[in-house]
Amino acid sequence: MSSTFSNSPQAPETGTARVKRGMAEQLKGGVIMDVVTPEQAKIAEDAGAVAVMALERVPADIRKDGGVARMSDPDMIEGIIEAVSIPVMAKSRIGHFVEAQVLQSLGVDYIDESEVLTPADEVNHSDKWAFTTPFVCGATNLGEALRRIAEGAAMIRSKGEAGTGNVVEAVRHLRQIKNEIARLRGFDNNELYAAAKELRAPYELVAEVARLGRLPVVLFSAGGVATPADAALMRQLGAEGVFVGSGIFKSGDPAKRAAAIVKATTFSDDPKIIADASRNLGEAMVGINCDTLPEAERYANRGW
Amino acid sequence: MSTPGSPVIGVLALQGDVREHLTALAAADAVARPVRRPEELAEVDGLVIPGGESTTISKLAHLFGLMEPLRERVRAGMPVYGTCAGLILLAEKILDPRSGQETVGGIDMIVRRNAFGRQNESFESAVAVTGVEGGPVEGVFIRAPWVESVGAGVEVLAEHKGHIVAVRQGAALATSFHPELTGDHRMHALFGDMVRTARSEGVRVGAP
Repeated sequence: MSSTFSNSPQAPETGTARVKRGMAEQLKGGVIMDVVTPEQAKIAEDAGAVAVMALERVPADIRKDGGVARMSDPDMIEGIIEAVSIPVMAKSRIGHFVEAQVLQSLGVDYIDESEVLTPADEVNHSDKWAFTTPFVCGATNLGEALRRIAEGAAMIRSKGEAGTGNVVEAVRHLRQIKNEIARLRGFDNNELYAAAKELRAPYELVAEVARLGRLPVVLFSAGGVATPADAALMRQLGAEGVFVGSGIFKSGDPAKRAAAIVKATTFSDDPKIIADASRNLGEAMVGINCDTLPEAERYANRGW
Repeated sequence: MSTPGSPVIGVLALQGDVREHLTALAAADAVARPVRRPEELAEVDGLVIPGGESTTISKLAHLFGLMEPLRERVRAGMPVYGTCAGLILLAEKILDPRSGQETVGGIDMIVRRNAFGRQNESFESAVAVTGVEGGPVEGVFIRAPWVESVGAGVEVLAEHKGHIVAVRQGAALATSFHPELTGDHRMHALFGDMVRTARSEGVRVGAP
């Protein structure tokens, strides 16, 4: 694909599907945190984050400020890459493949083609096979997840409703994906063709999911996680790890809350540890009730 | 502990690609189970430290009281196999460790984190490993470390472009690459044999 050595089987090959998907496998059981400065990135790393998402404004502020949200300043992204040794991710707008090219040239470890930024294309997502850098994409259901994987996404996350501090949409999306996978498991071969048509996804991917009983790439949760118990809830619902956006650095004691969410993500099945992690964390971010959110302000509706 | 034929091998399950190791170990005829607590560690014959974020794994091991028990068991000769982050955790020394990053130790080596580069430089390449028959293994290197130097007691099992990527010292085995991400389970079979050997010797000399 991106390799210039692909004719020689002995030469090292970069940007393969196995290397891209394998990178996400290394993040499993971990927490990926949104950060806007090198100082925040260091706090996240010290708290045990497996990666950071470098961006100019956390979703809660994007929501508050309004306007068009774009890729972050390269200087700011490079500052964060310099500050930490853990992987650094950054967001491009949906369909804005030039922003993605810029992020790849900066050497970010993962690109999030994200609905949190204002979409640049209302029909097409970026062709993610064309890149050496792997992509993570959001999904609200199985068909959407498989369309992103068909375009080359090497990791999927629930969309949730970013910047609300309300986990209800992430729960809805994760349950939807898991239920649709469970349904496919019960199908015979004849039914998988119709299922592919219904899901608007390639038959081969639908058949693979039916066989594996899970997505062929890592599935994380994102959008609205604000507490250790939220993170553990998403894990128990089947997420292999969590993204936390505004939930950490919009709270009263970010370092403490970040470490607490990391603990609860690893020991998501141990209520005693989650209880201990939840003590005296200070104020959580102020939440927004998603049912009062106007349709136009719902990020999860972006992408198709 | 288990039936005589099948050793129980734990996978340190604080963070990382635990499921892939459990699958690979099962394919290599071991009884595999995740380990997150000291009492779970006490019940296994050998341990895999998986790929993941080495800073995260070492922090969680420290926080949940696993670091000392891990060191004790490795010192006492429990077979252990580390891949990527696991290799870093088995090193006696890390070049430029992040503030406060502790290791378990067990292999007399100095490692360099992310030595092969960031994710864009992650690659696949065939690797010939001493002691693994049937041709080179499929090497998947992800933001991979390499071994900068080793002490006299360490056997170098493989190199890639002049850099050490697989080592063994006594009952401790480590690779920069991720055999658990391939369908090739020969490294896990080798480790399974190391655990069987250690167990039969332990029985013979009456060790716990």
